[in-house]
Order: sequence, then structure tokens, then C-alpha cells
Amino acid sequence: MAKTFTQEFTKGLWEEIAPFRLVLGLCPVLGVTTTVENGIGMGLATTFVLVFSNLLVASLRNIIPSKVRIACYIIIIATFVVVTELLMQAFTYPLFLKLGVFIPLIVVNCIVLGRAEAFASKNSISFSIADGLGIGIGFTLSLAALGAVRELLGANNLTLWTTPTSVIGLQEVFGASFEPFAFMVQAPGAFVCLGLMLCGMNLLGSK
Amino acid sequence: MGYMEILIGGIFVNNILLAQFLGNCPFLGTSKKMETAVGMAMAVVFVLVLAGVITWVLYAFFLVPYKLIYMRTIAFILVIASLVQFVEMFLKKSIPALYAGLGIFLPLITTNCAVFGACILNIDKELNFMKTLVQSTAYAVGFGLALILFAGVRERIILARVPKPLQDTSIGLVTAGILSLTFYAFKGMI
Repeated sequence: MAKTFTQEFTKGLWEEIAPFRLVLGLCPVLGVTTTVENGIGMGLATTFVLVFSNLLVASLRNIIPSKVRIACYIIIIATFVVVTELLMQAFTYPLFLKLGVFIPLIVVNCIVLGRAEAFASKNSISFSIADGLGIGIGFTLSLAALGAVRELLGANNLTLWTTPTSVIGLQEVFGASFEPFAFMVQAPGAFVCLGLMLCGMNLLGSK
Repeated sequence: MGYMEILIGGIFVNNILLAQFLGNCPFLGTSKKMETAVGMAMAVVFVLVLAGVITWVLYAFFLVPYKLIYMRTIAFILVIASLVQFVEMFLKKSIPALYAGLGIFLPLITTNCAVFGACILNIDKELNFMKTLVQSTAYAVGFGLALILFAGVRERIILARVPKPLQDTSIGLVTAGILSLTFYAFKGMI
């Protein structure tokens, strides 16, 4: 294989950036991106699951019989999702509450199973980790970008991280007189906003 | 909450696709043709109701008494995966016509977040058995309704002249947004 470690990593950031190019794993993309913070948290949780499930699938790829491989992958993924769930409950409880049902839903995120099946089951451990990291960070960036657009227009804020005592981020970015465009943080706005961002990506990509 | 409220709420107000964003991959993937949309909708109705009821029983009579609540995610996904496999085998043997109709959509349901998400939501809301049954049915019908409506709109879009960068998924998402807006209007009902 001519590809290097770096190439496997960087392809996930633009060429194969998951939500936009492959249109996979849309549920969390639409569901949690009302703020940048939720987007980053969700993205990092998914990245964690993706890297470790890729690692385990790649190291067991010669042992798992091909007939029952999907079931095995799902169990591996589910295990790491439970680990993530428990870790988030322990260390980032407010974020865990905000993301709610979408954390257990990482199990059925098509991206994770898709990478296990399409990449990790055929490649070496180091390449699989690079692939998981690249795709995961690409996913995080897309979520953060969509979250930024929706939060800026819909709430006039830009929250990066909330600690128990303070909020890191910008408040009232466009000034106090800006009337928030509440449509953006509601359900319909998520679809429209993602559709228009996809249009923008197509415009950039076609040149 | 009365049963009627749960039913109407599940179908329209908290529509699982357009208000809760669950099951969006099959929503965009199978809505290009009316035939596939109807197949997917039927398969989901079938599996979601069964899965909702079975996971509730498993949770209430097994996971809670043995203090295994943290294993919920693994247990549910295993139940759904084996249920889908079982339904597939059962239909193949006893109702071949329906099996041929559902075809490739049955195995895809294992990774459909609508089914898994609905099971988790039922548990989180702490519904009793009958309410779980009604809620699952409502979610399933809502999923089918939204999917079939969307497929109808999408079949018309193919005939329209859409600017190049907006084509396919992009215009699909914007259309879904407008459809979601119409469902948003049901908010006042409950």
C-alpha cells in the first residue's frame, strides 16, 4: 500500500469528511448541533469510540469469522459506547445530560460501523487508528461548524465550553441589538442549514 | 398523559424523524423512490413496535432486578439485531410475499437509529407497558408517514431544474427542513 500514515489521517478531514461527503451519521449532526459546545462534545465522544473500535477490529481482523463479523463489530462498538457513557457521566455530567439519547445512539451511527467494515477489517492496526482519528476529527469539525452557524444566527452566542463557574466563549457576537433568528436553533433550521452548507461544499469542491 | 395524547404526540408533535432527528440515514437514503420508501416504512413499523415492547420487558424484568442498567446499550442492540434476524427468517418461511416486499430493508433496520432511539426514549420516559406499546406504534406510524410524504415530494423534485451545487442530498435536506416546518406547526396541539 502506497499510502502513508499521514495520508490516511488527512483524508478524513476533507476528501472523505463524513457528514458532507458520505452523508452518513446524520442523526447526531442534526440533533445536537444547537451550540458549538454540544457539537464538539458529541464529536469527541464519537472520535473516542471510532478510534478504539477501529483498533480492536483491526487487531482481531484475522480471528473474527467473516459470517458473523457484523455482530462482532456491533458488540465491540457497543462496549466502547458504554465506556464513553460511563466516563461522560462521571466527568462531564452537564454535557452528558444535554446530549441525552444521542450518546447511546453512537452504537447505531453508520460512520462507526462503516469504518469498521470498510477500513479496519482490511488494514493494519496503525493505519486503522489513523483512519479513525482522521474521520473522527473531521466529524467533530463538521459538527462544530454546523453548531457555530446555528448558534451564531439563532442565539447570537458562541459557546466553546461550559465550566461549573463560567462560560468560555463569546456572548452577543453581533451586538445587543441583533435579533436572534430563532428558526435556526429549532428542528427545521437544522435541516435547512445542513442542506445549504452541503451546497456550499459542492460549490467549493467543483472548482 | 392519556393514550390519545401519546398517540397524536408521537405521530405529529414529536415526530421521530422531523422533530427528534432519529433515523435520518434511511430517511434520505430510501426516499428517492416511492416503492423503496413504502418498503422501508413497513419494515420499520413492524420491527419498531416489536422491539419497543421486547426491550421494555427485558429492562423491567431483567436489567432492573439484577442491577444491570448500565448494560442497557449492549443489551438493547443485541435484542434488536437478533430480533431483526428472527423476523427475517420467520417471514421468509411463513409469509414469502411480504418478505419479498421488504427485501433488503429488513437487515438495514439493525442500524436504524429510529428503532434503537425509540426504545431508549421509552425507557427514559418511564412509561408502563401499555403506554410503551402505544408510544412505539405512534413513533412507527409517524416515521412511515414522514418517509412516504417526503418520498412523494422528492419524486417531484427530480422533474424540477435544480441548480447544480444544490442537487441531490442538498435540496433533499432543504425540502426535509420545510416538511419539518409543517410538522412544527403541530406543536400547539398538545
